[in-house]
Amino acid sequence: MSPHLGSGEPAKPQTLAAAALREQGAAALRALLDTVRALTGDDSYERYLARHRALHPEVPALSPADFYASEIERRYSGVSRCC
Amino acid sequence: MTSRTPLPWFWVLIALLGAASLAQVAVFRGETVNAAWLLAAAVCTYLLAYRFYSAWIAAKVLCVDATRATPAERLDNGRDFVPTHKWVVFGHHFAAIAGPGPLIGPTLAAQFGYLPGTLWILVGGVLGGAVQDMVILFLSTRRDGRSIGQMARDELGNVGGAAALIGTFLIMLILIAVLGLVVVNAMKHSPWATSTVAATIPIALVVGLYLRYLRPGRVLEGTTIGLVLLALAVLGGGWVSTHDTLAPLFDHDALPLAGGIIVYGFAAAVLPVWLLLAPRDYLSTFVKLGTVLLLAVCIAVLRPEIHMPAVTQFVDGTGPIFGGKLFPFVFITIACGAISGFHSLISSGTTPKLLTSEADIRLVGYGSMLLESLVAVMALTAATVLEPGVYFAINSPAGVVGADLTKAVKTISGWGFPVTAAQMQGLAEQMGEATLLSRTGGAPSLAVGTASILSAAFGGGLLAVWYHFAIMFEVLFILTTLDAGTRVGRFMLQDMLGNVVPALGRTSWYPSVLLCSALVVAGWGYFLYVGVIDPNGGVNILWPLFGISNQMLASIALAVATGTLVRTGKARFAWVTGLPLAWLAFITTWAAGEKLFSADPRVGFLAAARDLSDKLTAGVLPPEKAAVAPQLIFNQQLDAVLTALFVCLLWTVIGAMLLGARRHLAGTCTRASSEAPYQPSRLVGGQFHGAAGSEAAGS
Repeated sequence: MSPHLGSGEPAKPQTLAAAALREQGAAALRALLDTVRALTGDDSYERYLARHRALHPEVPALSPADFYASEIERRYSGVSRCC
Repeated sequence: MTSRTPLPWFWVLIALLGAASLAQVAVFRGETVNAAWLLAAAVCTYLLAYRFYSAWIAAKVLCVDATRATPAERLDNGRDFVPTHKWVVFGHHFAAIAGPGPLIGPTLAAQFGYLPGTLWILVGGVLGGAVQDMVILFLSTRRDGRSIGQMARDELGNVGGAAALIGTFLIMLILIAVLGLVVVNAMKHSPWATSTVAATIPIALVVGLYLRYLRPGRVLEGTTIGLVLLALAVLGGGWVSTHDTLAPLFDHDALPLAGGIIVYGFAAAVLPVWLLLAPRDYLSTFVKLGTVLLLAVCIAVLRPEIHMPAVTQFVDGTGPIFGGKLFPFVFITIACGAISGFHSLISSGTTPKLLTSEADIRLVGYGSMLLESLVAVMALTAATVLEPGVYFAINSPAGVVGADLTKAVKTISGWGFPVTAAQMQGLAEQMGEATLLSRTGGAPSLAVGTASILSAAFGGGLLAVWYHFAIMFEVLFILTTLDAGTRVGRFMLQDMLGNVVPALGRTSWYPSVLLCSALVVAGWGYFLYVGVIDPNGGVNILWPLFGISNQMLASIALAVATGTLVRTGKARFAWVTGLPLAWLAFITTWAAGEKLFSADPRVGFLAAARDLSDKLTAGVLPPEKAAVAPQLIFNQQLDAVLTALFVCLLWTVIGAMLLGARRHLAGTCTRASSEAPYQPSRLVGGQFHGAAGSEAAGS
């Protein structure tokens, strides 16, 4: 939950409800964007980086360009499209 | 399991609605039938099949185990093995399996009327194709994501593996050739279509460079730019087609266009993937999913009437689009959408490495195929909402109806499908084309149907733009399949030749890349060339050959599945894949037999070769036909050899499967199971299960 809601003066129930609704809407939008990014592979570098840092932080990670090039090469080395 | 629990009222309603819709479509058909009934019948059938049949298969036959760690979890490497959210896997899998096949096959099969194709798509889809995809996905998931070729070798021995490899390679060549032919027929003497298609190449290059150097990996940005440029290319094509100096530059005969595609295919295969293939794939996937969705919504909203009769007189085998009776050729013509062996290549190998849980197999394997089946139903709808006379005028080759418009419409009207020259001329003008007569291959008639539906949905008008948008959409992903297929074919060839000359097996050694790419391109380029010079359009020869090879590949996949079910102690459930296998083996063999031995030159390859060579020796052929006759005769004989080869491969694999099953049942089988041992999943029931966006679980 967002921090500004809990602090400061007590908010009116209406604004609270509106804020919660906004929050929900924003969360839904974010979830949709995340799904689209996951579907298209737009987020693959971020996922790679997170995983890389968690598993072997001592090894330097690939640059976005190098990662993209190697990722494309891997993906199109097998049957990727059908009739 | 499900039959003992009381049925919720929802499923009873779905069943009733489905039955009523099917009755509308199949039994109480009046003058015309509304496409909404077709759509409703299809959707209800899919819902029921998914809810009950696929659940039963998952629970009882496959014994899907959500507590078992998938390869994605066990072998997670952040690259090809990644536990991924089930809807993301569904999207990837669907985008991979749904190609141009389910659009073209049903369009061609509409010559039998709307009913035979619809019934086969529905029944074949829920009992055949979706079962194949799901079972192969399951088997590959249990075997560390092995490919169908490897599984065929493990389960059926070396013979099975070799048959799968040869079959896959040949089907690839034939598929690319027939798709190339479809593209050529859509671009022939159409400056608008040709210039739009030509523009997709620099657009793909721009997106490729953007994604590689400017903003690496920003797929959404790159694709958005590409989509805007594609829209401009469609509009710009209209301007080019009326331009005095530019229009002739893009106005070509079929032969130079085919040459262009062959050169392009070779370039796409040897250029770096990021430059042309990958960006084209991104664009085509977006356009494909967008258009299919749009078409579904428009059909549901507009509910157009279907003008094609339920069954036409061409079930007797005299159809103009391709020769051959309803049985067995409807089952060969519609492969993708009902059952497609090609899917087994995606269901094994790529997709299993992404599954987070075995519980997702049902949605991804069975569900994706149902959606592809729905795409086939929509393609059939788009073809059958056209006036039948118009449909036959677009799809009948010049060799059958003649190249002269007045004569052609007279012939077609004589079949009982009235159409006039003025009507065809007016339609061509509306679509921004010089002519639509004999544009075989299915793409143009689908584009006319799509354009009329989309144009009506958006308030009418702009027919020419919608038509060329639809052509661009089809050609875009046909070319993707062509690029990707040529590349995969090259890998397979390198793999095969590597056994003889080890240096050729090195996939990144440039001389080997050039040589093997050239060989693959020459392979499909040959069939494309012959298809183009064939006055009967070539599609009528190549499409059945493709259908037979695709069904043969499906039979190999189902044989692997059936053999494995028996060997894992599920012999009493072997019919789940065994019955579709028996049906496919039966119709494929029957169709191949007709293609080989029919005395009708429009059906039998050998009869056609004899017929042509008799005419050649008698000197009754006009000079332009006599010039190409020797090549056509050779091609028909080659097609006969290929057909015979496919049948041999088919029965070899079935024989190997039956032998293995008998040995197992007799207790004399010594082959160990290739299934990976059980490891408990840590992703189930723990913190990952409830976490939103579990696709990030592997990071």
